[in-house]
Amino acid sequence: MAWFRRSKQNIDPSSGKKEVPDGSWIKCNGCNEMFHRNQIEAALYTCPKCNYHFRVDSKTYLGFLLDPKSFREYDKKLRATDPLGFVDSKAYKDRIDSMIEKTGLYDAIRCGVGKIDGMTVSIGAMDFAFIGGSMGSVVGEKIARAVDRAIKRKCPLILVSSSGGARMMEGALSLMQMAKTAAKLVQLAEKKLPYISIMLDPTTGGVTASFAMLGDVNIAEPKALIGFAGPRVIKQTIGKDLPEGFQQAEFLLEKGFVDMVVHRKDMRETVLRLLRFFQN
Amino acid sequence: MAKTILEFEKPIIELEKKIEEMRSMSSDLDISNEIEALERRVNDLRKSIFSGLSRWQRVQLARHPDRPLTMDYLEMMETDFIELHGDRHFGDDHAIVGGFGQLDGKTIMFIGHQKGRDTKSNLYRNFGMANPEGYRKALRLMKMAEKFDKPVITLIDTPGAYPGIGAEERGQAESIARNLFEMCRLRVPIIVTIIGEGASGGALGIGIGDRILMMENTWYSVIAPESCSSILWRSWEYKEQAAEALKLTGEDLLELGVIDRIIEEPRGGAHRNPAEAAFILKNTLLEELEDLLKSTPDKRVKDRIKKFSSIGYYEE
Repeated sequence: MAWFRRSKQNIDPSSGKKEVPDGSWIKCNGCNEMFHRNQIEAALYTCPKCNYHFRVDSKTYLGFLLDPKSFREYDKKLRATDPLGFVDSKAYKDRIDSMIEKTGLYDAIRCGVGKIDGMTVSIGAMDFAFIGGSMGSVVGEKIARAVDRAIKRKCPLILVSSSGGARMMEGALSLMQMAKTAAKLVQLAEKKLPYISIMLDPTTGGVTASFAMLGDVNIAEPKALIGFAGPRVIKQTIGKDLPEGFQQAEFLLEKGFVDMVVHRKDMRETVLRLLRFFQN
Repeated sequence: MAKTILEFEKPIIELEKKIEEMRSMSSDLDISNEIEALERRVNDLRKSIFSGLSRWQRVQLARHPDRPLTMDYLEMMETDFIELHGDRHFGDDHAIVGGFGQLDGKTIMFIGHQKGRDTKSNLYRNFGMANPEGYRKALRLMKMAEKFDKPVITLIDTPGAYPGIGAEERGQAESIARNLFEMCRLRVPIIVTIIGEGASGGALGIGIGDRILMMENTWYSVIAPESCSSILWRSWEYKEQAAEALKLTGEDLLELGVIDRIIEEPRGGAHRNPAEAAFILKNTLLEELEDLLKSTPDKRVKDRIKKFSSIGYYEE
């Protein structure tokens, strides 16, 4: 046995922080083994031993799916205003400003056009790091425009979700983004253009209950948490512990809500095969 | 007379009681002048209290235990409602009711959340919190309405979709998402009215339409103020602030472009005069319906998609 392996579970598993930490040695959140950064990177930020999938940013994820240098980003600087004048412990305006500064992103989704094995796709990928990947007006509008680009180019749409749900700080306007994205997907469907939804850890709330569940094909990464209500809320409501594996990707596969659970290493190939079937 | 009295309703109700008492004595004495003066006072008081309601007070009115519920309105609007049950897949959800009825001789498919009145009926209705089979029953009925070219009217009154194990197993998220999609392209007119609470995806699951109306003392938002408080303030104590911050009243949402119209309620709120509230609701629905029926199915769907596609605020 390796001398550095922990015999017990972490005292405080850092459940909220699943991004890849800095430094050359990385401890897997799944099996607690140490790996060199190169090993993790080569495995597309999954654990070479236990297949744990690390959370990555939208740019990295698009890199997994798309042909090198084929991505052209659109609406990059679309940013939130503060229509409600929302203030909790912090003003929403300030929260947005500090998020932009911290992440270098303007909101929780990156959208554009790229190629998969030469096939053009309109694509968007979410950033959980930006206010929990929450959907407000900007995410809704960027998805709406991604649909428009798919229709204009007569190409498929791919959306990669990773989100805590609708953004509270825009109140009912965030709720309406669920309606907005669904309405746009009706337009896409009218044109008979395929939509592939890829769900990463976590995909919950208003994002799951709108565009994420509406794919012609729904794909999830292994063990990704996917659901409507968060596990904490459910536990509070029913006052019981939740069953093992509840709301994980494999559970959704079993219950019939995703078409497949696909390892990140096989994601590009799987999407490619599907796109070929749609196109031929 | 209301059975439950909210704190801010007290001064009004006390004055009303006094007037009642004086009336019963007035057969012996001529105090009609005094009564008239008191009536003016109670009117002014009601006006000043109700024009200055905080958002949290609106939330309280929306949840008032004596407030009319979906089935009450269906009865008071004399719809001759016949309830249809079940989603044909799993079961019948008692938190959402649906079926045929009529308004002014026109057949309508009515669908609404149904809360209970007491502990027993609330348990039966799951406090108006629907499971996936509720949304799927609603969709089945809407599709039937479409098949027979009948308009759909939905009444929203829910604290949210039910967060339970079974709900997740049966795809709560999928059932709501599917309804949003299908309601966007339903070819018959849809009128949505918030009659009480409009919480989150649980409300929106039957909330897509050509016209979105809100009764005066209701709320509609992405989350209930208490839950918002517990997440953002990490305590349940900030519900008043959360209600203010969420901008969840009819006036707020009319201004933000989320809803189309506010339906006036009788003085003191719908619970003080349910029959009048139902009368106003019925007339408003008929007015909106007449307008929508002038359009064509293609145009309605196109307009509906455009309506929802253009909601949001952002900067380039």
